[in-house]
Amino acid sequence: MNITLSITKNIHNWLFSIMPEGIASIAEMVLIAVVYLAIFAVAGLYLVLLERKVAAWFQLRIGPNRVGYWGLLQTMADALKLVSKELTGTVKADKFLYNLAPYFVIVTALMALAVFPFTQEFQAFDINIGVLFLLAISSIGVIGILLGGWSSNNKFALIGAMRSGVQTISYELSVGLSILTMVLISGSLQLSEIVEVQKNGWLIVQGHIPAVIAFMIFMIAGTAETNRAPFDLVEAESELGAGFHTEYSGMKFAYFFLAEFINMFIIAAIGTTLFFGGWLSPFGITESIPWLGVFWFVGKTLILVFLMMWFRWTFPRLRIDQLLTLEWKYLLPLNLLNIVLMALIVWLNLTIQF
Amino acid sequence: MDLTKDYKTEFMTNEGLQNLISNWIPDLEFTEEGSQFLNITVKPDQLYQLMSQLKTNNEANFDYLFCLSGVDWGKELGVVYHLESTTHRHTIVVKVKTEDRENPTFDTVSDIWFTADFHEREVFDFFGIIFNNHPNLKRLFLTEDWDGFPLRKDYVDEINMVIK
Amino acid sequence: MDTNIANSNLKSEDYFINMGPQHPATHGVLRLLLTIDGEIIKKVEPDLGYIHRSIEKMCERDSYQQIVHLTDRMDYLSSHINNEAVCLTVENALEIEVPERVKVIRTIIGELTRLASHQLWWGVMGMDVGALTTYFYGFRDRELINDIFEETCGARLTMNYNIPGGLMFDIHPNFVKRTKDFIAHFKTKLPEYDRLLTGNVIFQKRMKGVGILTKEDAISFGATGPVGRGSGFSCDVRKHHPYSALDKVTFKETLRTEGDSLARYEVRIQEMWESMSIIEQLIDNIPEGDFKVATNAVIKLPKGEFYQKVETARGELGVYVVSTGTKNPYRLKFRSPGFSNLSLLNHIAVGGKIGDLVASMATLDIVVPDIDR
Repeated sequence: MNITLSITKNIHNWLFSIMPEGIASIAEMVLIAVVYLAIFAVAGLYLVLLERKVAAWFQLRIGPNRVGYWGLLQTMADALKLVSKELTGTVKADKFLYNLAPYFVIVTALMALAVFPFTQEFQAFDINIGVLFLLAISSIGVIGILLGGWSSNNKFALIGAMRSGVQTISYELSVGLSILTMVLISGSLQLSEIVEVQKNGWLIVQGHIPAVIAFMIFMIAGTAETNRAPFDLVEAESELGAGFHTEYSGMKFAYFFLAEFINMFIIAAIGTTLFFGGWLSPFGITESIPWLGVFWFVGKTLILVFLMMWFRWTFPRLRIDQLLTLEWKYLLPLNLLNIVLMALIVWLNLTIQF
Repeated sequence: MDLTKDYKTEFMTNEGLQNLISNWIPDLEFTEEGSQFLNITVKPDQLYQLMSQLKTNNEANFDYLFCLSGVDWGKELGVVYHLESTTHRHTIVVKVKTEDRENPTFDTVSDIWFTADFHEREVFDFFGIIFNNHPNLKRLFLTEDWDGFPLRKDYVDEINMVIK
Repeated sequence: MDTNIANSNLKSEDYFINMGPQHPATHGVLRLLLTIDGEIIKKVEPDLGYIHRSIEKMCERDSYQQIVHLTDRMDYLSSHINNEAVCLTVENALEIEVPERVKVIRTIIGELTRLASHQLWWGVMGMDVGALTTYFYGFRDRELINDIFEETCGARLTMNYNIPGGLMFDIHPNFVKRTKDFIAHFKTKLPEYDRLLTGNVIFQKRMKGVGILTKEDAISFGATGPVGRGSGFSCDVRKHHPYSALDKVTFKETLRTEGDSLARYEVRIQEMWESMSIIEQLIDNIPEGDFKVATNAVIKLPKGEFYQKVETARGELGVYVVSTGTKNPYRLKFRSPGFSNLSLLNHIAVGGKIGDLVASMATLDIVVPDIDR
């Protein structure tokens, strides 16, 4: 019946039967890490393909359609090309930091994926402070961007990195506060717990007005967090060439590129978990088949991903001072008010429960 | 602001312009021969005075310098200024010439018309004409170490120029 | 306290950045030497000449028929109008009266060129402010114009359709129908441009009050075309010195007083409507007749000086010819609109952010070969 779960249980039992307990749990962790890595490297590549297809659709083009059926192998071919490319760099770059920077970005992106409950009991790491873990991990990524821009010894990269620092640190606040608003209503920091709470109705319905405001703020700030248009000042190709990753090539560039897409997936996944009931099916229509939760989770996440792509392909880019004005003068005060509103609604029991 | 003001009312004929301008500086040469505009030839040391008066005088009011060209007349080097008034819509051509080919020098008009800044640099670049008081007189198109001034008639470059 | 620090002798260096010669925002091989203070621009110094071909010197050894072809390579987006400028100079100097048919066709194709140029500008403009989709919308419609050109002239960009005395060939039989189809099509598509970009709140914020050029400065800098008209400088050559069939049509010269990037943007959008209106007035009654008058195989201009100005998509193009009566011009100067328009970049960009510089430069609509003749 429950195929996925029984497979993991069998492997778990098998590992523990042939090894001592310590080694077995380490082996299990490594195994899970490798599986996650494989799944999300490929998923990241397909997100790139999806982005290109969506862009083509917006722009009256066909998009990639030559490599594989319907262009399905296009990004694989691109990845293969990037792997085989020479790693160039500037002579006077700070070699150590320059080489370290991409790993900061990609490792943190992949680490954040560990805490998502893709469906019931399909979660690598179910800690009780899951939301805090997510926030903490996702703010490390900016260090990679700052290091990359600073150590490349390129003026455009430096400007990009400085913009990134300013932007990400500012919008971290809004992401954090909008998530906090939802924590107020769910009453837990554990992601699996947050999904459980939503069996009485998705949080965006339960929390109605403040939840919708929180969702809008979260999507805006989340787009800014991932440095995507209309907040792509960090790369801003018409202003800075390629921004912080100007001097990166080959696989190191691919890490930055892949991380951007995985981050987009993460933001959408947080949105799904906190606002749209995670792996829960609408009205519980597939409650009896738990593994279908993956389908619902990924489906909802992809809808949010599409929303972010929609932003990207229709909006012009903000200027740096407008970006900061938006955050500090509008989103942040609104967010603080929204928290108070949410607290009132929870306190007075005005939430909508089914 | 009325943008569609009828400009034709204050238009001055070439004759009127000639009468007006000849009052300012005595020995100017006026001619309309071989050109659709009124041509004034001015001595280099009177150039700046004439130009600033052309701009500031209310009846003339030549506020639009639409073309500034360097010309090598063979013996002489010179600059031709095409001026138009955006209020009165009359046009005039001012010419200034010098026979000094080693060190041709005129006063700049870049403080009267901002556009002259770039145009004078272009003339300096191609004709080697030096403009006194120009804020930033250096090569514009060519590199700093370029030898000679390519648009002069006596310029030779056996490698790059194809002469038929 | 603050002023003490600012005035003290702390060692500080200006931060220089080379924008270009290969940079997405410079639309060609133009190098801008920026002095910046953080994000704020302190000085912009254009460094030109990366693709200078010395067309003016080449003209001194070429015949007038050959010169027409060189002008394609200046402002390649207004190639037809550039050709027309030289042809008009020669025709006026020789006092050749070209047939009415030629005048009308020249005007129609000239306005189509302007439309195509503005469509490309609009696409690239969006890209410069970060909206990548505009590029494809602009090019979708521009392709249709290029197809019309290809059918009639055999070329899509550097058309060489004008010759002194008329046109190289007669128009293709499909020309009238396809042009009308295009106008009908583009009338439904131009509002789409507004919906996608003009009304966008981010776009408005990026453009409004950015890169302000007053009317006095516009005149003093010789800013022509939509740049000058965005500042309220009535500089449309088509209005003040009509040439070809432009004296037979009615159209409005679009003027805005704001002088900011948004004004320049809106002037161009409005000009597209006006161009379509001009074409509509002419397309249905192209007079019958010859498409050229015979000229001598060797054209010799009389001794004297000739000046002709036309309105290209970027502004006023002047052709100044000094002739000594031979088959080559003694001196030929092109007063190109882009050159004057670029010279004011420093004036409007100082004090703004890097993003403002890119936005203002996009509304100047420079074509580098036009500057580096």
